[in-house]
Amino acid sequence: MRLVFPNPRLEDRIPSHEDLELMEKVETGDRLKWGSKTQYLLTCVGFCVGLGNVWRFPYLCQSHGGGAFMIPFIILLVFEGVPLLYLEFAIGQRLRSGSVGVWSSIHPYMTGVGIASMTVSFFVGMYYNTILAWVMWYFLNSFQSPLPWSQCPLNDNLTDLVSECKRSSPVDYFWYRETLNTSTSIEESGGLQWWMVLCLAAAWSVLYLCCIRGIETTGKVVYITSTLPYVVLTIFLIRGLTLKGSVEGIKFLFTPDLNELLNPSTWLDAGAQVFYSFSLGVGGLISFSSYNPVHNNCEQDAIIIAIINGFTSIFAATVIYTIIGFRATKQFDDCLNENILMLLNAFDLVEGTVTEINYDEMLQNLNSTISGSEVIQGLDLSTCNLRTFLSDGVEGTGLAFIVFTEAITKMPISPLWSVLFFVMLFCLGLSTMFGAIEGVVVAIQDFKIFPTWPKEVISGIVCLSSFLIALIFSLGSGNYWLALFDSYAGSIPLLIIAFCEMVGVAYVYGIERFNKDIEFMIGHKPNIFWQAMWRVISPLIVLVIFLIYFVNEVSSTLTYITWNPSSENFPVLEILPYPNWVYIIILLLAGLPSLAIPGFALYKVLQKCCCKKTIKKLELNTVSANVNMDFFTMSE
Amino acid sequence: MLWKVLLLLGLSSAWAQKLCSPGASDGYKVRLSINSALGDQAYVWNENEMFLFRATLAFAMRTYSDGQEYDVANVVVCDETPRVSFWFVVTSPLDASLLVDKRRVEEAVRKSRSRINSAFLLTDDTLEFIGIPPTLEAPVAPDTPPWLIAFGVVMGGVGAGIVVLLVSSVVQKIRKKRDGEEETGGKTENEAASDAIYNMSFSDDEPVTQM
Repeated sequence: MRLVFPNPRLEDRIPSHEDLELMEKVETGDRLKWGSKTQYLLTCVGFCVGLGNVWRFPYLCQSHGGGAFMIPFIILLVFEGVPLLYLEFAIGQRLRSGSVGVWSSIHPYMTGVGIASMTVSFFVGMYYNTILAWVMWYFLNSFQSPLPWSQCPLNDNLTDLVSECKRSSPVDYFWYRETLNTSTSIEESGGLQWWMVLCLAAAWSVLYLCCIRGIETTGKVVYITSTLPYVVLTIFLIRGLTLKGSVEGIKFLFTPDLNELLNPSTWLDAGAQVFYSFSLGVGGLISFSSYNPVHNNCEQDAIIIAIINGFTSIFAATVIYTIIGFRATKQFDDCLNENILMLLNAFDLVEGTVTEINYDEMLQNLNSTISGSEVIQGLDLSTCNLRTFLSDGVEGTGLAFIVFTEAITKMPISPLWSVLFFVMLFCLGLSTMFGAIEGVVVAIQDFKIFPTWPKEVISGIVCLSSFLIALIFSLGSGNYWLALFDSYAGSIPLLIIAFCEMVGVAYVYGIERFNKDIEFMIGHKPNIFWQAMWRVISPLIVLVIFLIYFVNEVSSTLTYITWNPSSENFPVLEILPYPNWVYIIILLLAGLPSLAIPGFALYKVLQKCCCKKTIKKLELNTVSANVNMDFFTMSE
Repeated sequence: MLWKVLLLLGLSSAWAQKLCSPGASDGYKVRLSINSALGDQAYVWNENEMFLFRATLAFAMRTYSDGQEYDVANVVVCDETPRVSFWFVVTSPLDASLLVDKRRVEEAVRKSRSRINSAFLLTDDTLEFIGIPPTLEAPVAPDTPPWLIAFGVVMGGVGAGIVVLLVSSVVQKIRKKRDGEEETGGKTENEAASDAIYNMSFSDDEPVTQM
């Protein structure tokens, strides 16, 4: 099993153990350092814990058999998440460099992996911060009572509610019309929405303020952004448990359905969730751990972060579902009361004869007469089923901006809960953005594109250019563009990068060398569990997920959902196929980073072959300039 | 004489009842949901409450209609149900056999809706006039949307923070340059090295991280 790719001159590119010891003792200020271990852990926790823990995991949990989903989730956490996490921490700490530096040290042909990480970081950062801009918009709109999404506005004549709002709901209208002002398809751009541009500028400004000096500034901010979400979640848990129907929600979430374990898509979704939840492959974790002291115990860190991430997912799911249970119970009660009122009015019964308790038997009694059943048929009573309302499972932006905001309007002192909720979302997303920006800025510095420019300027350029490109998300069709980026910019390339990372470390760097490095850093060799994971099992899991994903995407026609007030089934979202030119964009988004890996390797090979002669000369020159100079002048 | 008066009264009430019937073209159906509006505080619907309703409606007709002196007797009620719903019509004060036009009744009810509601401690939803939809409240639109104010506050704070941080790093760099020029003047190598270790604390960062 000593399968190692031949890698000559590896020692020339990486600092040796003695160099590392020297760097520790001398403490040159060349490289940034963490202010304290707490800052490092909080930054990593903040990076890993993001919006996905709050709005993707609860949905997966509920739709894949509730409590039973924990089993594949925890199994894949142990076999896929933690080994990858440990690997990224260890390699960053050992090679003391960002992702580009690390991979070019391991082998020049693998620099492409670092470039791919940087590109994915850039794309993901762009659209992720747009979500933060939306959160910012809702936050800014929370400082009024009643909340603007609690009631429909009146139309121009003041005779009736706006038709689009009346047919759907106030929260839908506020999201699709007053926030996004969404067009009916991705082809209609709809123009820039000025309020969105302002919010986008605000989000990027806040991010720039926090990242202006790299970990020096983010290290302070994470004390707030990483801890505040937990405080808010606890407050919401306490508030939620006092609301009617919350326990129904929790019961619904966690009731296990073991049959779901036989469904392969459960395992696929669990694997994908573990993978994306840890923000692996973007290069941020490698960069963060490279600022650690050499003998930091990265094994312990990886396990701690993994446990915290898993716990946060489950905790957030519980909180979300207390609120969803409350909302569903409210909807059920409203539905039932509507029916009761209709019955009372139709049969002119005294108020109180039909209540929630005796609804079913009263309905039967009234239905038993011929005239009664005719009247009842004419009423068109809606069937009220609590389970249907609970399994109105929403995820992503729908959960945060439609379902949860609606639930908040039904709670007393709504503006307070709204402000708390959106501050929490903003902190969750902001701490994840720190890692994304770190991945891009450090890569630019490693490439020495602008060697003399200070970090503030490079961060500024990155933020400004991302903001300008992200203006595309403030168009009328911005929501559709964002869904596009979300589905393709981050998904496939990251899987490829992670696979290459594991193969690179295990077989190009050499697992033996890696074991010795870890022994040097933390004092003991990684045991047989880690060996098995890094060499075989984790790459295999990632490969399987990638293949299934890839085949799924390629074999199906790609569609997206749109909001079209003039469609037949409005307010149900319309499903449209993507136009042809979008396929090119998808190829660019997913293909550019992925192809950077072999592409850069090819470029390096060509460079080596074509420029062999000139390289030899240069090498001679640098060995001993004086000697060669004499030699050359003498030979002339 | 007495029996004539009694006959007239009886006839008129009978006539009035004929004027009011469910589905009358100039009448409206009213429905009250007292229990759902008031819960424990709900009052019982009885003759006195009905009297209040007729009086309120007569008030509405007096104030917002043609100004004639409508009386309680001009509001005729029929078809009461235990649901608490009934039909009513309004007769003209000049001629008890004439019904006031539907539209005039609707106008009067619309204009005095809030007074009628508050007389019964109910709202537009719980005191329904079937066929007269409640007028919608015009929303209160503030001059500057509140979100813009909040936005101004946030951007002001962020802008100030960015300026402070940028200025402080520029000042730091100028100071370091000045110190560096002074040092290269007369320090020995050893001192410079020990200074380097001392100075390389966390807060004193090198803007360009080198590999």
